[in-house]
Amino acid sequence: MGIKPGEYFLQGNEACTEASIVAGLKFFAGYPITPSTEIAEGLASKLPQTDGEFIQMEDEIACVSAIVGASWGGAKSMTATSGPGFSLMQETIGYAAMTETPIVIVNVMRGGPSTGQPTRASQGDVMATKYGSHGDYQVIAFAPASVQEMFDLTVKAFNYSEKYRVPTFVLSDAEIGHMRGLLTVPKDIKIVDRKEKGVRRADEAYDVPDDLVPPFPTFGMGHKATVTGITHTPKARIEPEDQKVHQELVTRLNNKITANRRDINKWEVVGPDSKTMIVSYGSASFGGREVAARDDRVGLLRLKSIWPLPVEPIREAAEKCEQLLVCEMNLGQLFLEIKRVALEAGCKRVELLAKIGGAPPTPGEIRHKLREMGVI
Amino acid sequence: MELFDFYDQDRWPHVFCPGCGNGTVMNCFFRAFNEIGWKLDNTVFVSGIGCSSRIPLYINSDAIHTTHGRAIAVATGLKLSRPELDVVVFTGDGDLGAIGGNHFINGCRRNVDLDVICINNNIYGMTGGQASITTPHDFMSSTTPFGNKEYPFDLAEIAVAAGANYVARWTTKHVHELTKSMKASLAKKGFNFVEVVSQCPTNFGRRNKMADATALLDWFKKSSVRRDKARAAAIDHVDLNLAGQITTGEFVCRDRECYHERKGGKPHGDGH
Repeated sequence: MGIKPGEYFLQGNEACTEASIVAGLKFFAGYPITPSTEIAEGLASKLPQTDGEFIQMEDEIACVSAIVGASWGGAKSMTATSGPGFSLMQETIGYAAMTETPIVIVNVMRGGPSTGQPTRASQGDVMATKYGSHGDYQVIAFAPASVQEMFDLTVKAFNYSEKYRVPTFVLSDAEIGHMRGLLTVPKDIKIVDRKEKGVRRADEAYDVPDDLVPPFPTFGMGHKATVTGITHTPKARIEPEDQKVHQELVTRLNNKITANRRDINKWEVVGPDSKTMIVSYGSASFGGREVAARDDRVGLLRLKSIWPLPVEPIREAAEKCEQLLVCEMNLGQLFLEIKRVALEAGCKRVELLAKIGGAPPTPGEIRHKLREMGVI
Repeated sequence: MELFDFYDQDRWPHVFCPGCGNGTVMNCFFRAFNEIGWKLDNTVFVSGIGCSSRIPLYINSDAIHTTHGRAIAVATGLKLSRPELDVVVFTGDGDLGAIGGNHFINGCRRNVDLDVICINNNIYGMTGGQASITTPHDFMSSTTPFGNKEYPFDLAEIAVAAGANYVARWTTKHVHELTKSMKASLAKKGFNFVEVVSQCPTNFGRRNKMADATALLDWFKKSSVRRDKARAAAIDHVDLNLAGQITTGEFVCRDRECYHERKGGKPHGDGH
């Protein structure tokens, strides 16, 4: 069910809505917040018509809690929010990581901290996505940069969330969410479902071994599953004071994502042999794309996924080029991560173009920065 | 089903202190569950954090022990994704009325088919006896060393006002009435709420000259006043001041349509 193959002219948030239904969404819990509200509005009407359930909850804590509950019922589940709502969700994001609950959270980022700029784009939640909840955990996060990618990467977010049993994020922003553009819906869209306990299939979810990603014991199937955020053994026995159980559990939860980085990460390179590489993602990459297309001295590494950190493409770019320029719509959040990897790879110079306030860096601003660096 | 089949014995010993009221509530619940003929394979138990929230972990069925205060929100998502499953929430006064207060009132209002059992022991037991939203005025706790300055919530009265389909309150001294109310709650569609005032000798009684479980039970017996379906009459007694009285009874039993059973109907303003 869902949108038919063909060409459409849609808003980014609408593309996300359509993609979620194609990916198999069956439960959405939402709370109104600019600039993500169109996703909830779209699903309020579409989900009941596709055998799914939409609910508006009392706050974002309730939204993320409800999708965790629905996911244990076996439904592919999603919520959509922006900065302030995202902050409220953090405790249960950690719970979903600890209990290996597949959920998708779309964060249409706006300027923060606090209420900040409700209608303006930002990439201020990049670190909060990975480090917002307490304890050591890993998540998967995609960063779309067009209406088309809002569709494609939302489908991927569901697929990877199901495959690895992990909270997965679509880190969009007000720019992408509210932009209208061309969407081509292909004929064959790959959909991955979680591996359910007691059901053996021959598909992608089984690429990962059971001891890294255990089969999912859906409720109501006689599994007598116990789900808890307390440190627990593989048989769900709670052992909050056992050092070895805790170490094994938390290490595995982290390893299942970091060890499969190559499977998860997506990126695009323009001008791979350029002396200067711009590294960017999401709407911050618009300017870099223009500059790289018109100047042979400058290339672009655009990250389509940012968590787990795409170490391989950053390292490869850093090994080949003379300097990196990171463009972000925050004061330098992914910059330090990229710089760490680039310096380790032998790159001598990593600079930052940080722009906040709501608009992506323009090609002119990027050229100005490159001139300051003396590279064009 | 035998009592011992109801529990997952691999998980014993349990964490409850000697004299705790949780065992009484669990056994009353088992009786109600068994008599009504519900099946463990078709039931999911949901809880938050706290002593009462450990109960689902000991039951031989699917169980989800969630974050503090969020049991009703999680249960809502679960029930809506799998309406054929029976969903029961075990919670406590802190989990339900303090950190989860918003989910509680909106759960009552929304009227999804859930059975919520709140074990109200008037204290944060698991963390060592801090004042809760139901600690009576002037009572002692580790965070009210000069007596509680605040006044307690009446959880049952909140549930009635917020729109729950079924609301009853008993104490652990009223095992027969409690079992009957649990049965009525399970049999009924919609959001049903049973509050059980329970003893915590370790962390509540000890600081309030009732260190012994039987002293607390005697006190419950002495203070309880039954006021079935007498909401108006109960308004004088909404302050659950245990020094005064505990209003018990079946406060409301009504049939508002469940959230997920709405049969279409005509939307307000249709045809605009």
